[in-house]
This record gives sequence, C-alpha cells and structure tokens, in this order.
Amino acid sequence: MKVYIRSTGNISPQHSLDMDLFFSSGVTTTENFFKCVEPAYDAFVDSKMIRRMSRIVRMGVAAAMTCLRNALTENPGAILTATAYGCLEDTSFFLRRMVEFEETLLSPTAFIQSTHNTVGAQIALLLKCHHYNNTIVHRAFSFENALTESRLLLQDGIGPVLVGAIDEITDDRHAILSRFGLYRKPNHSSGNIAGEGASFFLMDSQPGGNPLAVWRDLQTLYKPENPESVQPEILNFVKRNGLTMDDIDLVLTSHTGNARLDEHDDQLLETIFHGKPHFPFKSLCGDYPTASGFALWLAAVLLKEQKKPSWISGILFPVRHILIHHHSEQIHHSFILISAV
Amino acid sequence: MNSQSFVAGMGIVSAIGNDLQSNYQSLCDEKAGIGEMVWLQSAHKNDLPVGEVKRSNEQLAAATGLSSRLPRTALLSCIAARDALLDAGWEKSGPLRTGFISANTVGGMDKTENFFKLFSKDKSAGKLADVVHHECGSITELVADWLGIRHFVSTVSTACSSSANAIFTGARMIRSGLLDFALVGGCDALTRFTLNGFNTLMILDKELCKPFDENRRGLNLGEGAAYLLLASEKGLQQLGRKSYARIAGYANANDAFHQTASSPEGTGSFLAMKGALEKAGYGPADIDYINLHGTGTQNNDIAEGTAIRLLFDPAFPKMSSTKSYTGHTLGASGAVEAVYSVLAIQNGTIFPNLRFTTAMKELPFQPVTTCLKNQRVRNVLSNSFGFGGNCSSLIFSAA
Repeated sequence: MKVYIRSTGNISPQHSLDMDLFFSSGVTTTENFFKCVEPAYDAFVDSKMIRRMSRIVRMGVAAAMTCLRNALTENPGAILTATAYGCLEDTSFFLRRMVEFEETLLSPTAFIQSTHNTVGAQIALLLKCHHYNNTIVHRAFSFENALTESRLLLQDGIGPVLVGAIDEITDDRHAILSRFGLYRKPNHSSGNIAGEGASFFLMDSQPGGNPLAVWRDLQTLYKPENPESVQPEILNFVKRNGLTMDDIDLVLTSHTGNARLDEHDDQLLETIFHGKPHFPFKSLCGDYPTASGFALWLAAVLLKEQKKPSWISGILFPVRHILIHHHSEQIHHSFILISAV
Repeated sequence: MNSQSFVAGMGIVSAIGNDLQSNYQSLCDEKAGIGEMVWLQSAHKNDLPVGEVKRSNEQLAAATGLSSRLPRTALLSCIAARDALLDAGWEKSGPLRTGFISANTVGGMDKTENFFKLFSKDKSAGKLADVVHHECGSITELVADWLGIRHFVSTVSTACSSSANAIFTGARMIRSGLLDFALVGGCDALTRFTLNGFNTLMILDKELCKPFDENRRGLNLGEGAAYLLLASEKGLQQLGRKSYARIAGYANANDAFHQTASSPEGTGSFLAMKGALEKAGYGPADIDYINLHGTGTQNNDIAEGTAIRLLFDPAFPKMSSTKSYTGHTLGASGAVEAVYSVLAIQNGTIFPNLRFTTAMKELPFQPVTTCLKNQRVRNVLSNSFGFGGNCSSLIFSAA
C-alpha cells in the first residue's frame, strides 16, 4: 500500500516552520547543544492553555497543529506520538522536589504532565479527537515503530494518521548525557552536539490535495552482530522495494561529527554509498534518539520542492528516491525509503 | 496474512503470586496481596498500603541470574516474560519472526530516584550507573537481550492503559504478517515517584481499596509484570500446542476531556468497549465477564460504570475489579488483567471483587462478590484506562 505524506509540521533548530526562511538561511551553533527555533505559541493555542504546558508539550502541539492546518484536516483518524525521553522537564521538577522535601509539599501538576503520552493527549484534548491514540517510547526506534504502526492502522482502514516525534533538551538531560561523554567539549570543533525537535506528519493512503512525498518502506535492525552486517541489510532493503542503489539519488546519513561514532558511517560512504550524493542530517538538528523525524521531514521537503536550501551543499537535483540511514551507537539502525509522488 | 492472534503462553508476577499457578490460586482463594510496604523505602511507609511483589531485588535477581542492581521493573519483567515463553514451549523463532512489545510507565525510575538525591544538589554527583536504564525503552531491551529476541522490539507508554496497547500492537503485527510470535505485556515496579505522584492527586486509599463500592475512597498502587505469548496460526503449529484463547477484539479511544480525570459520562470508556465489540463482531450479550479497570477512585468507577450502563443496559454481564487483589499495577495492569481474563476462560471461573459491600447508587448493577466456578466463560472484556484520556478495551475469546 502506498502511504502519502500529506503534510508536515516541524519545529527544529532550523527555521523549519517558515519554508522561505529555511531555504534562505541556516542556523548554526558554537555550543554543544542545538535548541529549537520556537514560534510564538499563541498563533497555535489559546494563551491560557500555553501557560500550563511545558516546553515539550508546546513544541509538540504547535508542530501537530501546523501539520493538520497544512493538510486542511481537523480531526485525524489516529494520533501516534514517539518520544525516547518523554516529558523530562516535568519529570525532573517533580523528582527534585520529592528528594529535596523528602516526599512532602508536592503538587500534582508536574507529575500529571510527566507521563510519556502527555503530548498525544494534549493534541487529542485540543482537537476533541476521540480516535485512536498511542505513544511509543523505544529509544532510537520510537519514531520508527510509530511509523510502522501508522502503516498498519492505514491498512486497517484507520486514517489519516497524525504521527510525530518529540524530544526536548533540558539542563538535567544535558548535564547527565554530557557526563557520559556524548558531546563535544567546549572549544572543540568536532564531536557531536545534543539536539531536539518536534516533527509531525499526516500519513494517508490517499494523496489528498498536495502531498509532499510517498513514504515507501522502513526497516529496523536491532543490535546487528557486527557493523559489516549492516551493508547487506541496506542492499536487501533497497532491493525489496524494486530498486537498486543506482536509483537512490540522495542518502541522509547519521554522521554526528564524533570520529568514533562516525567510523562505520564513513565506511558505508566508501562502499555501498560510494559516489552517492549524501548529507549528514544531524548537522542541522543535533543528535537525539528521535532525530529520524527531522530526517524524514528534510527528505519530504527536498522531494517536494526539488531545490536545496541555498546554504547547504552536496545535494543534486532532481531527486526521486531518498534513503535515510538513522542509527544510534550501532544499537539501533533504521532504513527509511521515501520517494517523490 | 490476516492471521488471528492466539494466546500460546502466559507469565505473571504480582502481589498475589510469583507465577501463573499461584496467581490463579490466590484469585480463587480470595487472597489479596495488598498490605504494608516492605521493600519500597518511602516516607509513606506506614500510611499507604501497596500491592508489592513478595520478593526482594536480591531474590528476583537470584531467580534470573541477573544483577540485583538492575531496575526492579526489569527484574520483574524478565521473570514474567521468560515464564510466558516457557509456558508456551517457545525455544526459538526458527524461521519465524518474534517480537517483544512491552509497556512501562517510568522505566528505571527506582534507580533515578537514588541518583537525584545527590544530583539535585550537585550536577557532577550521583552514580551514572543509576541513570543508564532510566528510559522506558531501556527496560525492554534489557529483557529482550536476556531472552534473545531481536526481530522487533518496542515499548509502549500511555500511563495506565500502556500494556493493553502493547497487547493489541502485537495482535495487529501478527494480523499483518509482520510477526509470527509477539511477546506482549507490561511491567512496573513501585517507585516513590509514582507513589508520591498519585498521593498528590489525593486518590490513594489509606485502607484497602473498594472498587465499584458506594463508599470507595481511592486506589492502592501495586507492582508486577505480565506477558502473553501471542502466536499466529503458523506460530501455533510450530509450537505444536493448543492455545488458551484468542484475541477477538480490541479498540483504543480517547476521552479528550482532561489530562487526568475521566469525563462523567465515560465517553472514552464507552467508545473503547463499543469499538472492541465491533471489531470482534459481537453484541453486548456475547460478553460473559468484564474485568473492570475498576481502580476504586470516585472518578474512574462512576465513569466506567456509566459507560457500561449505557452499552449493556438492561442485561449486565458478570464483572469484577481484580485490582482489589493486586492494587493498580499501572504499566503492568492491562497485561495482569489480560492474564486473569484468559484464566477465567480457561478455567470457567469468575473472580470476585473483594471487599465489596454497598452498590453504587447511580448504577443498576454490582460486581461479583464470591469466586464462581464452573461458569460458561466464552468471551471476556478487559478494560484499561489511563491518564491523557487513553482508554483501551480487549476482548479474549475461547479458541
């Protein structure tokens, strides 16, 4: 079954809510984290409600509303949200008070907004949408598994499906993950940077008025036995869609800027992706487990617009088929194939 | 393609038993597992009863060969998941594909709480080993790796309906042919985070809970893990065994009313139950037993009860909330109650709603109060409703 990406709504470290601005100017950072360019939220939600929402909920809701507006759809047949870390700001807030005040003097607000399905629930509440609502929270497969579920729902006649990936940087997350040695040190030009974003898509078995692209296929690969075994999996994946590597016009890779993490990405560029136009999508959105949501958005926009942002290089047009290779530390690999309509 | 999902094996650990057989025995013997906190270290030790699994982390670790320093949720999950595979006689996938779809609500929070004691004062303090399994997905992967399941791994988290959603995610994947075996269910250990969270909402009963009673005062939290091995027709053939039951219907709907409270008319609950009946092709009269969500809070029980009245009036099936035995096990509850629903079918037994004395004045029905054996139990409806208006209903039928 063909699955159309009818519309998107994206909040990222780039100007992804404003197409003209996105194509004309990029955002860079000298920090080791890359935070989102956030809109004025009262354009999306009643200002009284915004005040009660944490930052991740605001970003998620605004991206979702943009997506639905772009498709002129008011009530999707299902809402799927994907998040690796969940609502960290409220989780940290409640935890900190709980340990500091030794389980006294707590208020429920942060607790009730800390559950992983808060973004999906708030979207449903705003839309008064009684339809199917699910939340997937599986590390760097969160978004991928939500995409798979969106296809299954469409096959079951439930749709269109609003599916989105949301993760936020908080001070605590950054402090903890930095201690794991994940991000580049101050004054270092190479090494990976933390990222965040909210990427929503309206998936449908019908093209609707003006679809961006066709999402063809997805495969996840959990803990491959060795890095070399990834290559044949990618080739099989392309083949099962009736294509060869020659048909792939662009590969979006998971390069992070960290030489250790990127070693196997480099190997792929020298072997099965040799000579292919390629672009490291995390250079635009930072590194986080649901960054594949941003990659899918970028791919859909490139296929639709058939032009590249003036400020990036390495992409040749026209593009018909884009392969996204998302991976996180050789534990989670995914391949996503997306084509022009 | 379009295969049904059969329940080929089950595993469970809860406050009323460390395995499937002891859970069934406690249900029949009307023995609740809720009482004073033993393992959880909390300031509320003496005022809030809980449904703890009657094993220390060290005992759970010894039963699995894993480290006792792992999150308690992962240890509980390992035991129940392994037992479900053993029960089904599943040894390996062979040429077939196996997935593990597990639910939980707070991942390795029990360890993160320890980390935060030091970290909240000094961001360079706290042992990193205590946060490495904070993510919900990390719990699932600890278990998947231990069991050797790699074809598909996923984690669902929709508060108290999480594991019901994990169960039908597996059923949907089997139906589409993506998997032949889906080990589905959920787990959650008690944590101070959730205990204090529910306590701030003022919905915890300081005594043992009384679901669907006019004088109910709130819920008791519990912990546990439960899994079902779902198999396609092909998978069942490979196992060479009969199934306990099959999944006949499922639906999820959203109440879209409030982040935590249910709408007074139980819109989400009604739509979930109605959707599950439609998917199964059943009418209300086909349901022999409802395993209620039945938390014991004022709000849940009136919303759920109102939805049941609307859907089933005037002929009500037998029903009960087994949370009166186990407490509310959050991310595990949908799976714990799915296992009890299948046990009801398998044994022709309907489990009672403990401590019930007074019918709710708004409702024309009341739950079962004694264990009923030799019943005709063909189709069971199991409800799970969560924060964010997330309402799920599953229907299990005799195979």
